[in-house]
Amino acid sequence: MNDVSLTGPIASVTGNRGLQIEEKLIFEQDSPGRCGVDLPEPAPFLSRLGGLARQGVIGLPGLSEPQVVRHFTRLSQKNYAIDSGLYPLGSCTMKHNPRLNEKLARQPGIADIHPLQPVSTVPGALELMDTLAHWLKILTGMPAIALSPAAGAHGELCGMMAIRAALELRGERRSRVLVPESAHGTNPATAAACGYMVDPIPANDSGRVDRAALEAKLGPDVAALMLTNPNTCGLFEGEIIEIAAAVHAAGAFFYCDGANFNAIVGRVRPADLGIDCMHLNLHKTFSTPHGGGGPGCGAVALAASLGRHAPLPWIVHGPDGLELLEQGTGAAELSLGRLKGFHGQMGMFVRALAYMMSHGSDGLRQVADDAVLNANYLRAGLEGELSLPFGGHCMHEVLFDDGFLKDTGVTTLDFAKALIDEGYHPMTMYFPLIVHGAMLIEPTETESKASLDEFIAVVKRLAAAARSGDVRRFRSAPVLTPRRRLDETRAARKPILRWRAELECREAAE
Amino acid sequence: MTLLRFTKDHEWIRLDGDLAVVGITDYAQSQLGDVVYVELPEIGRRVEKGKEAAVVESVKAASEVYAPVSGEVAEVNEAITADPAKVNADPMGKGWFMKLRLTDLKELDDLLDEAAYQRFLEQEQH
Amino acid sequence: MRYLPLTERDREEMLAALGAPSIDALFAEVPAAARLDGPVGLPRAKGEIEVERAISAMAARNVVAGSVPFFVGAGVYRHHIPAAVDHLIQRGEFLTSYTPYQPEISQGTLQYLFEFQTQVALLTGMEVANASLYDGATACAEAVMMANRVTGRRKAVLSGCLHPHYREVCETYARFLGFDLATQDPAPGDEDLGRLVDRGTSCVVVQNPDFYGEARDYSGLARVCHGAGALLVVVVTEILSLGAIRPPGEMGADIVAAEGQSLGNALNFGGPHVGLFAARDKFVRQMPGRLVGQTADLDGRRGWVLTLSTREQHIRREKATSNICTNSGLCALAFTIHLALLGEAGLVRLARLNHAAAVAVAERLERIPGVRLVNRAFFNEFTVRLPQPAADVVEALAQTRVLAGVPVSRFYPKRDGLADLLVLAATEMTTPEDIDRLEQGLREVL
Repeated sequence: MNDVSLTGPIASVTGNRGLQIEEKLIFEQDSPGRCGVDLPEPAPFLSRLGGLARQGVIGLPGLSEPQVVRHFTRLSQKNYAIDSGLYPLGSCTMKHNPRLNEKLARQPGIADIHPLQPVSTVPGALELMDTLAHWLKILTGMPAIALSPAAGAHGELCGMMAIRAALELRGERRSRVLVPESAHGTNPATAAACGYMVDPIPANDSGRVDRAALEAKLGPDVAALMLTNPNTCGLFEGEIIEIAAAVHAAGAFFYCDGANFNAIVGRVRPADLGIDCMHLNLHKTFSTPHGGGGPGCGAVALAASLGRHAPLPWIVHGPDGLELLEQGTGAAELSLGRLKGFHGQMGMFVRALAYMMSHGSDGLRQVADDAVLNANYLRAGLEGELSLPFGGHCMHEVLFDDGFLKDTGVTTLDFAKALIDEGYHPMTMYFPLIVHGAMLIEPTETESKASLDEFIAVVKRLAAAARSGDVRRFRSAPVLTPRRRLDETRAARKPILRWRAELECREAAE
Repeated sequence: MTLLRFTKDHEWIRLDGDLAVVGITDYAQSQLGDVVYVELPEIGRRVEKGKEAAVVESVKAASEVYAPVSGEVAEVNEAITADPAKVNADPMGKGWFMKLRLTDLKELDDLLDEAAYQRFLEQEQH
Repeated sequence: MRYLPLTERDREEMLAALGAPSIDALFAEVPAAARLDGPVGLPRAKGEIEVERAISAMAARNVVAGSVPFFVGAGVYRHHIPAAVDHLIQRGEFLTSYTPYQPEISQGTLQYLFEFQTQVALLTGMEVANASLYDGATACAEAVMMANRVTGRRKAVLSGCLHPHYREVCETYARFLGFDLATQDPAPGDEDLGRLVDRGTSCVVVQNPDFYGEARDYSGLARVCHGAGALLVVVVTEILSLGAIRPPGEMGADIVAAEGQSLGNALNFGGPHVGLFAARDKFVRQMPGRLVGQTADLDGRRGWVLTLSTREQHIRREKATSNICTNSGLCALAFTIHLALLGEAGLVRLARLNHAAAVAVAERLERIPGVRLVNRAFFNEFTVRLPQPAADVVEALAQTRVLAGVPVSRFYPKRDGLADLLVLAATEMTTPEDIDRLEQGLREVL
């Protein structure tokens, strides 16, 4: 590996750098009347807009198709992606997004069907959703699946609402939810939104939840425990069955955040751990693409006591085949109601099902095995240079802290930014909060050994550089990217959240 | 007589005649990072000791500012609404948040004096 | 296995490097009672050929919208998507990238979201928009919750002509997240919602055009709301309508919650779609979801970042404005590209084509004995009253491979008075032959 010279780039006339091309906003490329879609003009007709015709200009820019294609192509070239390289974000499971899934999602029989056409005209859609639910039931061991939540956080909301509905049915008023301090922020946010008081539980010295502290907090006013397993430190909660028993003995429910299911899919069924309710991120474990931030799907696996509160719609097996229950009546009368318009993220259902069918039960088990092996390989490769807060092996992700950067003047943030110059997206930083300067790395099973070896070598070189006092490299990083560090303070103090013709939105520093 | 006291949530309070000036400490502003926004209470609002009186936001965190004592909001510092950076630059002076009309001077008794607050900070950092 | 790069030899070498005897050793913490000895009871791995065959078989059992005369709307609309859109969103740097938390290597995503936010603000006539939510229905619920935060009140009035799914989602959120709703009767027609506004009302929620397709001016209602210190929330389920009719921002709306599916996104059996959310500048810190803001980098070059994140769950935890973590990224990109291709001229023309198609259908149906048009004004969707239960008519026409719209009884099965109502949509995809078949089919059935 060669050292990169950190003297600045050669200045070009345009500000472009070879393949990295500056691109203005579409609003700055407007030519009034120009259009990238050819549409016929309708024959004259009598308008029935009731005097509500829009007056005045909307302000949208006009571009041709070549310009639009070039615009978005140039934009794409400024993004890092899984297709570009290793994306070691802990708890995000940035695995390869199979292209077969994209092809199948675009079949007219999937993409060009409407949720409200007569149910008799879409039996294949119901079959697909039912098949997906079946696979998820077998993998989780749970009897009911709620497919409609649109994202992990939405699934958490679904789970907590189902728990509240179940408690209300019992006639019990419970006001507290226990959440580990290491939990992802959506967990306490969801619990608080549902009207619960959040009671944090500390971690013990081995990075697991402190079971004694947890049991001490259990009582008749606890509605649920929200746990992530493996937890956000990448460690399996070995006492989980005992914890589940204690939670149930107190009359509470056990919610599991399934963000880390990739570590145990096909190896462990959440139902066997005593879990009552677990959301799955189809865009994590089941490979549906992250798309720059969405869309996702947070299907929720539910125990029988909670399944009857599942949100609408339900797909049930009737005498004449599959039925779609869209009302909270009959079999679905205890449903908590609707959480989303229509029937759920069909586009993600088909991708996830194609992924699961491609792997099969044997392949899915291999996914967990390789994910855990890859993470441990990184742990072993890096433990000499970086500092591990917890001993022993990890599951599918490995957590380091910033102990190894002590007295170097380099922070976790600086270290991550230097990694960007080396061609990598940084790992998850400063999460979980229980460890100082956390660095959480999840390679996933779709990284080759060669890819992992390269990553280990680069991280070791950077760690050595930090310790040798090369602070400037880290503080100024990244320098080789389309933009250097951006002023987030300025963005928050004087928010500019849209383009305006009147404003100076052009390139200008103050 | 100017009495200066501190809370364990890193607020300070300084008696100035019959009003008490409240702000956040230097430690608090350095923990927050660049302050980008403050939400100050309405004039006339009653605040309670230990309860939320204002909100201060930085890029990476949002924090409640708790009233060190109970009272009525007599004045707020519009200058930090317009220029939140003042909270970072001069947290004990120009970066003040609000002035309260106190109801119960005894509530000051269990607050920390400067030396006690410094000791508290040293403990916190270990 | 084609997606797993590790070979058996790799695994052996790696285990050796770990000093672990087997993979099982890495799962030692799993309690014995929960350890699965072998693969679960599901089919084994399949190659592309077999997977494609299996999924295609399911797809083949469905009646494809594009293969029949198609008039189904009610919140999801069938439009033409220019070929370039799908090609561009499939670029790996868009498809397989993550949330733009590292702005230096996400300027592509951040720039298009900034463009998206601007487009949504312009379309709706509002001052600021976020980077999208899951869908229109959840956007509507989030709008009510935001109005509650802004006003400090907890009771919202919902129009009876709001899309029933949107109302149902609001009801679920209200029940569990702790606020009140006053919902109105769902029969079509004008309502006097102003009468229901008092100093305990956080907002009034109306839809324009409404669930029955009726388009109205809500300026008067906006004034009544503001007079009582309440907000006006306007829902738009057919975003294309804003290419033809006055936007909510010009009627005095404070928050707009909309569905953007009509631009760039296929029917997809109801998902994924894209929720649009726009509001007045003064409320920006109470907005849910992500926001992209403009700034500069260390070299003074213009760039974009996620901003005002301290409202979100990953920082405020229990005190977050909502628990939302994701936006609808790729669907928002498709929307942005489609609208960039259309531009002002194209959008206006496309909207006119839609209205013309609906007018043509309405004129033909009005001539059928017993069929009465309910609407005074409409954009590309309207409601007719039939002399028979609409559900039976729709099913009969489906047998002849005509998808004639949505019977209102599908949403309100217990309301006899609504059972003869049929909601129909027409778009630029509707052909004269489609209209002929619809008219012919209806005449035969009725």
